[in-house]
Amino acid sequence: MNEAWQVLEAILTKYSLVTAFAFVGIILWISYRLSHHITRGRMHGSAIAILIGLLLAWVGGRITGGTKGITDIECLAGVGLMGGAMLRDFAIVATAFGVRLDEFLKTGLSGIVSLVTGVLSSFVIGAIIAYAFGYRDAISMTTIGGGAATYIVGPVTGSALGASSKVIALSVAAGLVKSILVMTLTPLAAKWIGLDNPRSALIFGGLMGTTSGVAGGLAATDERLVPYGAMTATFYTGLGCLLGPSLVFIVLRAIVGS
Amino acid sequence: MAIYGTALLSICLICGLLIGKLLGLILGIDANVGGVGIAMLMLILVSTRLEDRGLLPKPTQNGVLFWSSIYIPIVVAMSASQNVVAAMSGGTLAIITGTVVVLVCFALVPLISRIGRGNSETIGDES
Repeated sequence: MNEAWQVLEAILTKYSLVTAFAFVGIILWISYRLSHHITRGRMHGSAIAILIGLLLAWVGGRITGGTKGITDIECLAGVGLMGGAMLRDFAIVATAFGVRLDEFLKTGLSGIVSLVTGVLSSFVIGAIIAYAFGYRDAISMTTIGGGAATYIVGPVTGSALGASSKVIALSVAAGLVKSILVMTLTPLAAKWIGLDNPRSALIFGGLMGTTSGVAGGLAATDERLVPYGAMTATFYTGLGCLLGPSLVFIVLRAIVGS
Repeated sequence: MAIYGTALLSICLICGLLIGKLLGLILGIDANVGGVGIAMLMLILVSTRLEDRGLLPKPTQNGVLFWSSIYIPIVVAMSASQNVVAAMSGGTLAIITGTVVVLVCFALVPLISRIGRGNSETIGDES
């Protein structure tokens, strides 16, 4: 039995990226089952999968004492490659495909205003709270502010600026909290914020930005609003990745120094 | 062929990263300034042009769409690679940040909707 495991482990380690595809695929399958059966679709499958991922990262860190979550377990090292900067950035760029610039420009000023306001207010709020919690260097404040934008903007900003893995993990956690809250609170808040037409859905997507949060939240409110919100939300992460390590970082560095 | 789409995506990312790196050098920060965002804009512009000229057949599109559809799994793999043990000590920060941001942005929706409505009325008057 032990020998059989050793043989399997050798294969899993040698074909680490293939192992990662299978591993992540199983996590997603379980997550979408849980989403459907336990939460009746109220909580999006992707949000549950990310939660499981973070939980596994915690378990991995506990077992190995390492800093790279579950990927410190040798046969799961491929998860690190799959979720590393290279494939992550590659997939993020791919999500922009199919968004037509003219379609977006038709929404006019309100779409752009909501995007810029959404991204900048997230950075400002995140940075202020980071400062209050003792993260007082510009790199950490920008990274956590990025996390307040989305769980993609945080790590992209963080790795561009050279933030610590701890701060990057915090930014992912903040983005995840945001994503889950957008999914669960949107149907409740919809009436209060006038979220019942394509225009407000566009603005909503631009302000919130978290694609899975917006897609899940709008689907739970009114399915017809999803494409409008998702369209602006698709731009949000790009804009955040553009502004985070540049404008926001430079302004914050000028304010707090270093 | 699917590889054309994937290659287009790769070229956009490499160009974006290169421009981002150069921007970083110009701005004097040792960072990639918005390379990913620039790559996204490039992909939108290039693919829109190609599609308008009929140079983006379905198989080519699939070479991009596959990576777009694998985005969530990659984010899951990313979350499984994070240093969560270290982050747990600051868990309150994440929850407070996420909550405050969501509440503030909810409140901003009706505010910006008003700006938008004013804008569309102006356009209506002109036409």
